[in-house]
Amino acid sequence: MRRYLKRSMFQIVFVILGIAIINFFLLHLAPGDAAQVMAGEAGSATPEYMAALRRQFGLDQPLGMQFLHYMANVLTLNLGFSFRQGMPVAQLLLQRLPATLLLMTTAITFAATVGGTLGFLAARQAGRITDTIISAVALLFYATPVFWIGLVLMVVFSVLLDWLPVSGMASIEAGHTGLAYGADVARHLVLPAVTLGLFYLAIYTRLMRASMLDVYGQDFIRTARAKGVRPHRIAVRHVLRNALLPIVTTLGVQLGSVLGGAILVETVFAWPGLGRLAFEALFARDLNLLMGILLCSSIVVVVVNLLVDLAYTVLDPRIELS
Amino acid sequence: MASLSRRHLLTASSALALFAQAGRPTLAAEAPKRGGTLSVILQPEPVTLTPAANTAQPTQVVAGNIFDGLVYYDSNLAPQPSLAERWEVAADGRSITFHLRPGVKWHDGQPFSAADVKWSLENVWKTINPRDKPLFENVTSVATPDDATVTLTLSAPSLPILSVLNGVGAPILPKHLYEGTDVLNNPLNNKPVGTGPFVFKEWKRGEYVLLERNPNYWDAGKPYIDKLIFRVIPDAGARAAAIEKGEIQYAPFNPVPFRDLERLAALPALKVETRGYEWLSSLFYLDFNVEAPYLKDVRVRQAIAHAIDRDALARVVWFGYAKPAISPIPSTVTTFFDPTVPVYAFDVKKAETLLDEAGFKRGADGARFAVTHDFLPYGDDFRRTGEFLKQSLKRVGIEVTLRAQDSAAFIKRVYGDRDFDISSSYNAAFPDPQIGVVREYWSGWLGTKTPWTNGSGYRSAAVDRLIQDAAIRPDQAARIADFKQFQQRVQRDLPTLPLLELKFSTVHAANLKGLAGQGDQVYASLKNVCFDDAAKVN
Repeated sequence: MRRYLKRSMFQIVFVILGIAIINFFLLHLAPGDAAQVMAGEAGSATPEYMAALRRQFGLDQPLGMQFLHYMANVLTLNLGFSFRQGMPVAQLLLQRLPATLLLMTTAITFAATVGGTLGFLAARQAGRITDTIISAVALLFYATPVFWIGLVLMVVFSVLLDWLPVSGMASIEAGHTGLAYGADVARHLVLPAVTLGLFYLAIYTRLMRASMLDVYGQDFIRTARAKGVRPHRIAVRHVLRNALLPIVTTLGVQLGSVLGGAILVETVFAWPGLGRLAFEALFARDLNLLMGILLCSSIVVVVVNLLVDLAYTVLDPRIELS
Repeated sequence: MASLSRRHLLTASSALALFAQAGRPTLAAEAPKRGGTLSVILQPEPVTLTPAANTAQPTQVVAGNIFDGLVYYDSNLAPQPSLAERWEVAADGRSITFHLRPGVKWHDGQPFSAADVKWSLENVWKTINPRDKPLFENVTSVATPDDATVTLTLSAPSLPILSVLNGVGAPILPKHLYEGTDVLNNPLNNKPVGTGPFVFKEWKRGEYVLLERNPNYWDAGKPYIDKLIFRVIPDAGARAAAIEKGEIQYAPFNPVPFRDLERLAALPALKVETRGYEWLSSLFYLDFNVEAPYLKDVRVRQAIAHAIDRDALARVVWFGYAKPAISPIPSTVTTFFDPTVPVYAFDVKKAETLLDEAGFKRGADGARFAVTHDFLPYGDDFRRTGEFLKQSLKRVGIEVTLRAQDSAAFIKRVYGDRDFDISSSYNAAFPDPQIGVVREYWSGWLGTKTPWTNGSGYRSAAVDRLIQDAAIRPDQAARIADFKQFQQRVQRDLPTLPLLELKFSTVHAANLKGLAGQGDQVYASLKNVCFDDAAKVN
């Protein structure tokens, strides 16, 4: 176990360094640079203005120098500076992190619990009308574009029914503090979290159903039935527990993508998360910021993968790490 | 002196109007109401809140409320007093004197003075502001005989200066906070200190910019609104929903697609306004790459102009929020606009004849040749215009391949690599073509890969000379004559085809008043704006 962890850590460092190097060169392949985007937005430019911007952004340096500078930053755990935003990248990330974590954990919790339950029900009623309805609804949510669900929910629940705010994370004009602020954020959270959750929910429903049906077909279930164990007890104690493994894997994958946020949902609901930040950084060719986000995301992905491996050993004692 | 006398006349007439109003009690009862929070759409999120080195639209929309300028522009684009109470231009155009309003304070309490104007001119307008730099280049010295007087001495006249002196055109920064710092990287750029009617409070990235009423504003009683919240809402559908629900009460610069705009305009609680953009006067055009194999022939360029039904384009693609352009100087810039330039009326037969004459006969498949079109990546309207162009040109035997890309790639391709045939773009002409129009035709910056300058690659010694002459003539009438010649020439050579004069739209709450008084309203402050019925606000 200890040897496994040691080896994993060693590998992780190299994987992340490799990702950082690939990121750097891949992103520099994109046509155009930050100075051109900024001049483009300004609608007016002079040659001197372009030169001043490039100097300010460090774009006048040769690519090799820029790379050495970047690697020096990475090795000293410095994420660099976003010249476009006029702020250190680490500060920008920390500002956006809470919003993203809040949205993703709410959405994933909602999706895993509700989706898991629906999948469980569908598997128990396999082939009957309940199963058909649940499967059809899950398929529908899975196939519908997220931004469209978001807009429809917005039009129905915000504009027509006037129950929830349209977008943003808080009502700035109200100036809430403390508990009232928390309630206000919760009200703003409902629509984006449900929108994102509905997409994930479909995945968990289908996964849980398939996984349970798979376990149902195994010998030990037949044995349990033959022993006369009641169906409900079989479903909960024997099938569900064994069917959880794929759910944990998926959960791990999705937790890994937490930092990437949910670009579409964040955009539709003007949710100030990391996904939108990364998306806008890409269009603005704000490469320092983008590389910072990608680096942090890659760290989260490899660490969560390690944790999922560890979780397997707890859930299924037959699995050993070596 | 001409501008001085006109200004006096205007002051006199507005004074008369005031007297007339004072005599009518019904009007006096409609005094603007104080209070309320105004939520505004801000899209996209600005990069900085100080318009010193960045002249992007969202920066100016916010900054206009924080920074007052020397003047503002009325609906006829004439400068009106703001921080400058009056000004004089010497007859030879080589000196301009501004008399500043006394008693104005910066938001941090320090007094505003002539030294701030001098410092801003020397360190911002003349150096790092991409729009002002060419206009202020001839200023050789700035004298401040006292705290309320600024005198510019110029090596050659530069009359267009008088058209960029509002808060965002020639932003005045506080010298006491900027002097000795790197202006481009000063942290104050993102938490600005100005003299304007609203004070910067907070900028939460990705969410909002919050401004509050300046209680010490020089224009007593104004502004009427207590708080301005500029909200960043990236999705167009969500913007439409927020406006419809009343969460947003003011949304400038085409906040929603035209289809939604038609729907919103029909709602009783909302109004659509197209005034307030006169200072910008935007013109949408096609750039023909004059070095491209087919387009280097002027007959081909003229044929393409004849092949496009611009009336239909304005009606179908732009839902009527545009009108066919005649000349590169928009008709709203009345002083310089020349309606007698060659126009290329929609005429398919003429287009075919011109193409035949140019030697590009239709082949066996009916096609003459193929070109690419890179449309401006700033929204669906430009893509749909590209599709319209494709259909129009197919009719005369030219195949068009549309190419989509993001803005960084577009700018690199068109202005850097020059790897395109036809591109689309729009500019703001401003009240003087020297500011926004000539960069499109002047050959001086060719080869420097500077965005939005001479996309066509057009070189004409005659046009260059006209542009340079007009820049430094002290006599407005002579400048107008230069620009009329300029328009005739470039419309004949047609390196760039003016397509449409764009009518930007603002959607606002019907109970929001005071939005239509200025020609630069969308970039000016909201100090004259108030809610008609404060009860409806929340």
